[in-house]
Amino acid sequence: MSLTTKYQALIAEAKSAGIDDLQIAEIDGVLQIRGTAPSADVKNKLWDIYNQIDPNFLSSDVVMNVDVSTAVAGSKVRVITNNSNLNIRKGPGTDQPIIGKAAKDEIINLISRANDQWWLVRTEDGEEGYCYAQYLEPVE
Amino acid sequence: MKLKQFIPLLMLVFCFALVTSCKSKVSDADIKAKVETAMSPNPTVMVDVKDGVVTLTGDVQTDEDKRNLENAAKAAEPKAIKSIVNNLTVAPIEINTDDADLTAKVVDATKDFPNVKATVADGVITVTGEVEQARVQTLKMSLDALNPKKVDFTGLQVK
Repeated sequence: MSLTTKYQALIAEAKSAGIDDLQIAEIDGVLQIRGTAPSADVKNKLWDIYNQIDPNFLSSDVVMNVDVSTAVAGSKVRVITNNSNLNIRKGPGTDQPIIGKAAKDEIINLISRANDQWWLVRTEDGEEGYCYAQYLEPVE
Repeated sequence: MKLKQFIPLLMLVFCFALVTSCKSKVSDADIKAKVETAMSPNPTVMVDVKDGVVTLTGDVQTDEDKRNLENAAKAAEPKAIKSIVNNLTVAPIEINTDDADLTAKVVDATKDFPNVKATVADGVITVTGEVEQARVQTLKMSLDALNPKKVDFTGLQVK
């Protein structure tokens, strides 16, 4: 079965969900998906569908990198760690010293996106530093 | 006498035939309008028509879209279109094959997964060890965000 057939539902959802700059291509046996979702909900729905087709992502035949367009400087983001606090670091990297923490579900301010992995944030308490972007979700 | 009576009628028939034959020739402008309507779900596609030859240009998402749009253009005016020049381009997908860069980023992405080991070779991130079911998606999202060629989870145990 081809990858586009196996992941038909995922591709259909990506195409109908209003993903900007959507790119889908099979390269070296891996379905590569790129784009920018209009909201965190849309991005999460795509991941739910992907997980339904390939439980726990063990087939290793998709790489999906979907950004969220509302994650822009000046917006609010929610901490989406599983249950622990999120480290706020002095610079963009896990080798940087921890200068603060944000609690799970805390809403903090996104100051800028240093790069795809690290975002500069400020908490309501005024703590400012870098957090790992994967644990931050734009608030709608 | 009889023939003379028929002449006006014959002329009428001749004129009618002339008009209808002109009408059946579809102009380039008409073809362009019909093909543009067929392309309307993809506003980035530009349509150009010259002497019945349709040229499609613009960016599309997939090779499948490229083929489908060509077929849709042809179907818009199948008799009048002589041929289709498909200059639609599928933008190349960004893939990071710089192992040193990926290795550094993988360290950050897997920092909160103490029982996971990840190695990088030829743009492929191979993940072994174990991860809780509730966090496997976070791990996969973090690694996919690095644009690798592949994230190999086949050796990963999900508890």
